[in-house]
Amino acid sequence: MTDDVPPPGSATGFAPGSPPGLGDLFSAFAKLGLTSFGGGLTGWMMNECVRRRRWMTEDEFLTGLAMAQALPGVNVVNLPIWIGYRLAGSPGAIVAALGVIVPPMLVVVVMAACYSWLARYEATHLALQGAAAAAIGMSLSMGLRAARRQVRRLWPACVLGIVFAGVGVLKLPMVAVVLVMAPVSVALAFRYPR
Amino acid sequence: MRDNPLLALLLIMAPLSLMSVGGGQAILPEVHRQAVQVHGWIDEATFVADFAISKMAPGPTSLIVTLIGWQAAGIAGAAVATFAIFVPSSIVVLLLARVWARYRGAAWQKAVEQGLAPVAAGLILAGSLTLFRAASGGWLAWAVALLATGIILATELNPLVLIGSGALVFLLAGG
Repeated sequence: MTDDVPPPGSATGFAPGSPPGLGDLFSAFAKLGLTSFGGGLTGWMMNECVRRRRWMTEDEFLTGLAMAQALPGVNVVNLPIWIGYRLAGSPGAIVAALGVIVPPMLVVVVMAACYSWLARYEATHLALQGAAAAAIGMSLSMGLRAARRQVRRLWPACVLGIVFAGVGVLKLPMVAVVLVMAPVSVALAFRYPR
Repeated sequence: MRDNPLLALLLIMAPLSLMSVGGGQAILPEVHRQAVQVHGWIDEATFVADFAISKMAPGPTSLIVTLIGWQAAGIAGAAVATFAIFVPSSIVVLLLARVWARYRGAAWQKAVEQGLAPVAAGLILAGSLTLFRAASGGWLAWAVALLATGIILATELNPLVLIGSGALVFLLAGG
C-alpha cells in the first residue's frame, strides 16, 4: 500500500523527513490522543507531524485540516485518517484513527468508573482547569505559526481574517464559512499563484 | 428490534456519525434525546456526568457515546457505539484521501493547497479564541494560556511538561 504513495515533501514549509512505519503512526497518534486535555488537539498534531517529525509540509497539513473540518465526522479523527493515508496508505489511515480513538476510549471508561471518587476532590478540577489552560497555548501558538506564513501576501491575509472573524468573533457556523471561503480562496490561489 | 440495545446503538449512532461536524458537539442533543428519553438507558444526571467526563478526559468529546454504550449494554455496547459513531464518517474521509493521493502533484492541487492554507490557519485561530472564551479559571487561565503560547513559540519545551506545569500552577494558586 505504501508503494503508491509518494514520499512527503514539497517546496514549502519544513523539509521532509523519512516516512513513518505503522507502529510510529499508532504511537504518535496514541500519544496525541492521550495528551489532548481540554481541546487544541489540532495544534498538537501540527506540532508533532510538521515540526517535530517532519512527516509533511505545513501546507499539506493545513489542507488536511481544512478537509477534515469541512467533511462530516469529528475533525480530530478525520485529520489522523487524512494524515495516516498520506503517509502509509489505507493501513496508515486505520492505524492513525485507532491510535487517536482507542487509548482515550479506555481512559474515558476508567475515568467514568472513578468519577464519583475523583469529582469529590477540588484538586481534580483545579488540575484539569490548569492543564486545559496550558493546552490553549498549543492551539494559539500553532495558529500564530500558521498565520505568520499566510499574512505575507494580501489575499491569504484577507481570507484568514474573514475566516477568523466569521467563526471566532461572529460565531457563524464553521461548515458554512468553510464552504463559502474555501472555493473563494482556491480561486484566488489559481488567479495569483505563489 | 428496539429490545436489542446493540442494534439500537448501531442504528442511532451510525447516521449521527455523518451529521457530526467540528468537535462533535452538534450531535449531543440527539444523543441525549435517544439515550435518556427514547430508550431510557441512562437518567438525566448520568448524562450530565458522562458529558463532564468526556470533556475532562483526553480524546474527542464524542467519546461520550462510548460511555452511553457501556451503560446501555456493557463492553459490547461501548465497542458498538464507538465503532458506529466514527466509522461511517471515516470512510468518507478515506475515500476523499484516496482521490486526493491519485492526483498528487497536479497543478490544481497545488492551488487548492495554497487556497486552503489560510482558511485552516483562520480556523485554528478561531478555535483558540473559542477555547479562551470557554476556559474556566478567569484571569489565571488566560495568563497561563498566554504564557504557554509564548513558551511554545520561543522554546522546544516538551508540551507535556507545559501541561503539567499548568495543572501545578492552578493547584498552587487554588490550594
